[in-house]
Amino acid sequence: MSGIVFPTPDETILARRADIIAGLAKLVPPECLVTSEDERRAFETDGLMSYRRLPLAVVLPRSTEEVAAVMRYLHQEGVKVVARGAGTSLAGGAIPLEDSVIIGVGKMRRILDVDYANRAIKVETGCTNLSITDMVAPDGFFYAPDPSSQLACTIAGNIGMNSGGAHCLKYGVTTNNVLGVKMVLVDGTIVDIGGAHLDAAGLDLLGLIVGSEGQLGIVTEATLRILRSAESARPVLFGFPTSEEAGACVAAIIGAGIVPVAIEFMDKPAIEICEAFAHAGYPLDAGALLIIEVEGSAAEIDAELVRIIEIAKSHGVTTVKESKSAMETAAIWKGRKSAFGATGRIADYICMDGVIPTGRLPYVLHRLQEIVTSYGLRVANVFHAGDGNLHPLILYNCNDPEEQKKAEAAGEDILKLCVEVGGCLTGEHGVGIEKRELMNVQFNAEDLAQQMRARAVFDEGWLLNRGKVFPLAAAEAA
Amino acid sequence: MREILSPVNEAETAEMIREARAARRPIMIEGGDTRSGLGRPIAADRILSTRKLTGITLYEPAELVISARAGTPLAEIENTLRAKNQRLAFEPMDHRALFGTDGMPTIGAVAACNISGPRRIQTGAARDHLIGIRMVNGFGEIVKSGGRVMKNVTGLDLVKLCCGAHGTLGVFTEVTFKVLPEPETTSTLALHGLDDSKAIAALSAGLTSPFQITGAAHLPAGLESPEAEALTLLRLEGAPSSVDYRASALAKLLEAFGTTAVLAPDRATKLWSAVRDAHPLAEPRDAAIWRLSVAPSRGPAIVATVKRKLAARAFYDWGGGLVWLAVAAEGDAGAAAVRDALAEAGGSESGHATLIRAAEEMRGRINVFQPLAAPLMQISQGIKASFDPDHILNPGRMYAGV
Ligand SMILES: Cc1cc2nc3c(=O)[nH]c(=O)nc-3n(C[C@H](O)[C@H](O)[C@H](O)COP(=O)(O)OP(=O)(O)OC[C@H]3O[C@@H](n4cnc5c(N)ncnc54)[C@H](O)[C@@H]3O)c2cc1C
Repeated sequence: MSGIVFPTPDETILARRADIIAGLAKLVPPECLVTSEDERRAFETDGLMSYRRLPLAVVLPRSTEEVAAVMRYLHQEGVKVVARGAGTSLAGGAIPLEDSVIIGVGKMRRILDVDYANRAIKVETGCTNLSITDMVAPDGFFYAPDPSSQLACTIAGNIGMNSGGAHCLKYGVTTNNVLGVKMVLVDGTIVDIGGAHLDAAGLDLLGLIVGSEGQLGIVTEATLRILRSAESARPVLFGFPTSEEAGACVAAIIGAGIVPVAIEFMDKPAIEICEAFAHAGYPLDAGALLIIEVEGSAAEIDAELVRIIEIAKSHGVTTVKESKSAMETAAIWKGRKSAFGATGRIADYICMDGVIPTGRLPYVLHRLQEIVTSYGLRVANVFHAGDGNLHPLILYNCNDPEEQKKAEAAGEDILKLCVEVGGCLTGEHGVGIEKRELMNVQFNAEDLAQQMRARAVFDEGWLLNRGKVFPLAAAEAA
Repeated sequence: MREILSPVNEAETAEMIREARAARRPIMIEGGDTRSGLGRPIAADRILSTRKLTGITLYEPAELVISARAGTPLAEIENTLRAKNQRLAFEPMDHRALFGTDGMPTIGAVAACNISGPRRIQTGAARDHLIGIRMVNGFGEIVKSGGRVMKNVTGLDLVKLCCGAHGTLGVFTEVTFKVLPEPETTSTLALHGLDDSKAIAALSAGLTSPFQITGAAHLPAGLESPEAEALTLLRLEGAPSSVDYRASALAKLLEAFGTTAVLAPDRATKLWSAVRDAHPLAEPRDAAIWRLSVAPSRGPAIVATVKRKLAARAFYDWGGGLVWLAVAAEGDAGAAAVRDALAEAGGSESGHATLIRAAEEMRGRINVFQPLAAPLMQISQGIKASFDPDHILNPGRMYAGV
């Protein structure tokens, strides 16, 4: 299957592969250089698994200095670079080009400084997302952005994609929680931006770098904001007869001035899939489910829940079930966080990531169902409802090229619908190759040209993660 | 007097900038003219004012979002939000006390200068709440970025890049902010008589507690008046029962630092506006004012180092992470002393200093914003050129060439 076009590889680079590898071998020890076809296979794709390309080679440096030496060399040789963390991108952001070298930060996973007094932690970006919270949790702290892939995905990838998660409704996404970075520029120059203080000096380059999908440089270290955990937290399950009612309830809660830590949504197909996997006690008779988490002392939680339950009742809630123990809480979140994996057990799927104004939830859920049905496919919806971030999972059979085409077309229609109602193409997964051409739907030529000019300041020759984010024709012309 | 251009809409704004570019005539961008003293002086003989670009264009309380044209007075935004029990949670500072100006601050300038206040420590800065922009760049093109939804990672985040760029990358024509509900109650706990390092330790204890502090400031002894006692403030917000509970838990937690007192609401409100607006340093009017963003625990040592070199008055916000400093406006207005103290505390990672108030002559001669490492300076100049190649918009406001 090949709906998405890749740039044509540069033959002269492909022909020089042996020389390029020889040059790299002078810069890093053999255990940091992956060249055999077998081993390169592990890097040929990411979370968007229906697309794959073998890179020229993969380098896994151990330090910023090694990254810098490799970047300097590849820049001098005019070789393209694709930055990689754990390769869990769902947008194809980490898929290599055949004429590119992957630089992965997988070996750089040291925690450099834990500074509770200043609520900051400094880490190498190969650390997994969860390892940060694991590090500080014994002392009562946590790192807020919590993508469902947090066990595997890296801080590098989180910064690349400006990743979010269930608890970002209250605490913000990656960009709101990164205080500083060390980054290697395309020519090997090392820069430091920000630190354990708020709002870095000068233009907000940090704000530009977070979410730049490996287009501006390789981030090797990061200073992250850590927060003290609430005294306790309690997720509550709310079952509704229909998706529309659950959607309207979300809008009403936010509208009433209540911003819980998390409001997660699942429709009937998703409830069934996740319950079969996690046995979390999700109401199987419900048409839609909200997982709402509130936090604070037990009394504070009780008080907030009274208000939320009141609103839910006026929206036809049929089940209200509070977690009664740490084990139940873990099961509830396990079910939600393994939603994609659990879906993968019953069918192939593509995971969309549009955002809409929360007030349009009922309408969009309805239209979305119509769109997918019109292609003869099924959809399961699990998403971050509090901030309108949809993740329709379109189910299909990946061995049927016709069906894959339909699934991709349905996905495109859904994202266009998101833009049409005032939302955007991606809330946390990034553009990658997947939504590259749809950028033309959200932006006009001036908007895109401005972004591309800013990008080119960092990388005039477009060596970094080329063929991603920007519509291919526009980028080739820039 | 500079000639004033006052476009009535976005298209006219773009036209005027295209015309200025064709004539190679730089312009200075102005909102309510309450903070034009912020930044390096601008060599421009014309002003582009956003005063006629006004009006709230979208307000959806149930979606926590408001959009307004850039020249809309901040007061109008705040009143509109208040009517629905909502607010701009980042608590934008009002510069009028410090600058002795009397115009009306605009929402566009809040975005352009990334203006935040005490709540920045808990809920983020203006840059964290600005979710969408429309602007005219130095080519005279209308460019948009972000949107009206809370989460958006579609392409490069020009919203953040332009927030805090002080108008050097474009003229905002419309900005969209995320808003949050007003809390039902606010309570401020005060500790008395602490020295700087004890006070910052107390604030840190509060900020590392689970009690959700939304303001953490320290006003050293003698700051408000020669006989004033040192005052250390911690703010809590939320539902009444929750605030009561947290206030008593916090008082207990801070026992080792002394007895806490709950301030009367009026006095607390006044104090937080004073902290937000750097009011305690507004007089004497001829003093130079610095704003330092540092790792909070380093604040007291940095202030002590500065004070060893020159006479200075200081107070702390953001749990010690924001230091306001007043020094005599002589020589380099303390620039070397302040920036050396930062460097001594740990180089570029330890923070940065901005000269907020000084005479124009001084702001032309001293680095108003923290000098950047050469590669970052080059990138910043490159970015300026990518938005405004002919240096038409607020040229040199932040750095030479930016
Ligand atoms: C089952 C599953 C669940 C998921 N759930 C969520 C979720 O809840 N929320 C969410 O936001 N995402 C989610 N994702 C998407 C994905 O996990 C995130 O995008 C994640 O941040 C990617 O991290 P990674 O380490 O795998 O990065 P990669 O996939 O390796 O890379 C991601 C991007 O970052 C760039 N990059 C990598 N390293 C660097 C570096 N050092 N410097 C600069 N750029 C770099 C890459 O070039 C690429 O563009 C999920 C994915 C899966 C498979």
